[in-house]
Amino acid sequence: MKPSSRITLAASVLLVLLLVASAFALHHLDQMGSRVQLDEAFYVMSPKLAQRLSLGYDGLLADVYWTWAVQYFGARHVARATHYELLGPLLEIATTLDPHLTIAYQFGGNFLAPSPPDGAGMPRQAIRLTEYGIRNNPSDWRLYYNLGFIYYMELKDYAQAADAFGRGAQVPGAHPFLRVMAAQMAQHAGELQMAKMMWTIAYQSTQDRDIRENAASHLLALQVEEDITNLEKLVALYRERTGHRPSSFSELEASGMLRAVPLDPLGQPYKLTPEGQVVVQEPERFPFLGKGL
Amino acid sequence: MSSRIVHIASNTFREAVRDHVLYNLIAFALLMSGAAILVGQISIGIERLVVVNLGLAAVSLFGVVIAIFIGIGLVSKEIEKRTLYTVLSRPVERWEFIVGKFLGLAGTLVVNTAFMAIGVFAALLYVSRAFDRADVWVLVALYLIVLQFLMITAIALLFSSFSSPLLSAVFAFSLFVVGSFAEDLRGFAAMVPGLSRWLAMGAAYLVPNFSSLNVITSVAHEQPITRQFILSGSLYALLYTGMALCGAVLIFERRNLK
Amino acid sequence: MSAIEILGLEKTYSVGFWQKRQKCALRPLNLSVEEGEIFGFLGPNGAGKTTTLKLLMGLVFPSGGSARILGMEIKDPGMKAQIGFLPEQPYFYDYLTANELLEYYAQLSGVAARERRQKVSQVLARVGLEDVRRTQLRKFSKGMLQRVGIAQAILHDPKVLFFDEPMSGLDPMGRREVRDLMEELKRQGKTVFFSTHILSDAESLCDRVAIIHLGELRGVGAVADLTSSVEGKVEIIWHGTAVPASLKALTSESHITGDTVRAVVREANQDAVIDALRREGMRIISITPVRTSLEEYFVRKLKPSEAAAGVSS
Repeated sequence: MKPSSRITLAASVLLVLLLVASAFALHHLDQMGSRVQLDEAFYVMSPKLAQRLSLGYDGLLADVYWTWAVQYFGARHVARATHYELLGPLLEIATTLDPHLTIAYQFGGNFLAPSPPDGAGMPRQAIRLTEYGIRNNPSDWRLYYNLGFIYYMELKDYAQAADAFGRGAQVPGAHPFLRVMAAQMAQHAGELQMAKMMWTIAYQSTQDRDIRENAASHLLALQVEEDITNLEKLVALYRERTGHRPSSFSELEASGMLRAVPLDPLGQPYKLTPEGQVVVQEPERFPFLGKGL
Repeated sequence: MSSRIVHIASNTFREAVRDHVLYNLIAFALLMSGAAILVGQISIGIERLVVVNLGLAAVSLFGVVIAIFIGIGLVSKEIEKRTLYTVLSRPVERWEFIVGKFLGLAGTLVVNTAFMAIGVFAALLYVSRAFDRADVWVLVALYLIVLQFLMITAIALLFSSFSSPLLSAVFAFSLFVVGSFAEDLRGFAAMVPGLSRWLAMGAAYLVPNFSSLNVITSVAHEQPITRQFILSGSLYALLYTGMALCGAVLIFERRNLK
Repeated sequence: MSAIEILGLEKTYSVGFWQKRQKCALRPLNLSVEEGEIFGFLGPNGAGKTTTLKLLMGLVFPSGGSARILGMEIKDPGMKAQIGFLPEQPYFYDYLTANELLEYYAQLSGVAARERRQKVSQVLARVGLEDVRRTQLRKFSKGMLQRVGIAQAILHDPKVLFFDEPMSGLDPMGRREVRDLMEELKRQGKTVFFSTHILSDAESLCDRVAIIHLGELRGVGAVADLTSSVEGKVEIIWHGTAVPASLKALTSESHITGDTVRAVVREANQDAVIDALRREGMRIISITPVRTSLEEYFVRKLKPSEAAAGVSS
């Protein structure tokens, strides 16, 4: 005897209805917003506890925390956030679980140190993290580079930067420019060329997409700053020669000082202001730009 | 004598297979495929690292679960279902029965791991496009994982010889958890004075030290494993396994099958 | 040499949470079974029959006493090769087919590889399971499982067989087959020791029986001896509708069913009754000596107070 078709029908319909209804109820519950924002903080625990809970699968859990760190930062960065409190702890857990997770130290160096909204604005913490990385990976030159980078860019502590680059230069297989930078650190602090070199090495020393994009943006900005410096020099020279300010770049072209209208790295022409300053057409396409805004 | 053990072992293997244990390989294959495909989107530059970490962790976890779930029933199920009566009324020694059951489950896990190894290497090939010299250490890691399986199987069998399946599962799983940070336990023991120190030390040595045989993270970073380590690890695992089996034999030899 | 010799075998369990209370499952048992006989071990449920068998099989360890089978100790693996055991309501690995199970058991019993297939086939045919040899045991009915149980017990041609409730779960056809099998085993010179609480089986099959109750042996002896009539009664059946008045004094019991009367009379009065019936013109159907049934002996033995007054075995 087959099961009653009436009951089958009734039970099936009821099942579907109740499922849909429960989904709505859940949605309604979520909207109430009475839930505390536990989500993020829940996963941030003491590194030692994370080690215990990993049941020996440290490496995997480290990778998971690393992924969370990247997504945490990425999501907030897009929203131009000013606080990234969890970035440090997340990276700390990831590196405690796997001290050899080089990419986490690099990420910390690039995004933990700079001020918001470009980074978490915690250079000291970034330094601590990187030193920890160096202790556990003494033969990885990139970490010394990271350390020097933070001292140079964020803390302007050229002595420490020189020391870090120096230590790194001694590691077999280190990038040859580390020695150069160590030597020139004190003398050429703040110079454009130094900055260009550093960002180039930062770009070359990693495969991580986010770090590379960041370095590339910096290099673009530096290029623009260099262009602007040179162009403003030309403008000043013209003024000396002719006694008046040029009203546009075409005048400079006509006098033979420029071959063509100067273009910025993204292909847009530079503008010349009446006061004799050079600016870019679309400043928002150049994050990190300090001049020409 | 040895042929009876082999017969019992192969029958135990047959039972596991007919119990559809090998279907776990489907879940594993799906996991590895998904991971191999997605890892490139999530973490560039550390694809290999993630695949090795995830693959070996999955092999380990799947295997431990199987070892415990089947292991706890190896003896207790036979007693409960009374299939044991007609076996023990034959010229089969009780200890032969225990050893045979152990070898059967161990064999099942080795076969299972071999298939999983293929999956891990397939995923590695997918993300790296070629094999690395360092991939040989992945094989070493797999070997050490199999050693851990032997230990946990023997433990599950030990509990099975006197305890109900539910309790056995709880004990075995607890020992697995504690064993995964046994090194910390020893560190802790070194710090406390007096009687607590001896107790903690005793516990630390009695518990199966899985953490000492776990090289997943090192292998993920392509660090080599010394021959010394492999030999010492093998010795420890075999000694510990033997000890647990002796315990199982001792208990089972005395058990009244009501 | 006796096939089975039980010397003071006893078993007491410690029960209770702290294992303090003692529960006696078997009081010291002394029993011996000769080679070639069919021996019935009778008793109600919970009497200690299964405990005794488990002690003999080495599944449970005795609290005292010992036993020898074919002159060898229970622990001796050499002994185990010569015995076969069918437990009560047997259960086998349900993921195996009948064929696979018997092959496995043959392996464990040490049957030589080249003989295994043949012996397995033979034994499957003997118990009538040839057709289902490739079916998984989980699909077997209770009766079929019982047959598998018998098959695995006789598979390796043992000298002594131990069956615990071999008829349980079988229909009358099945029971008949098992009975036939046991008689065949006896003809082959094997010894069969089986426990049961169904007395009619024991009565028809056994050479000797033992009765056990509440862990204690209550009586042992040859079936013929135990059931021989002491009081000498005779049962007479004739056509009729009533017991003639003249006979009422002589008949101790009478039953009337339709047109048949059945009466029990003392042997001494037998002739008198027969004459009386002839005189009355009743047609006598049968005259049979009444034997004390095993059941009566059984019931009597089970009452401790009457044990002393009961028939001496």
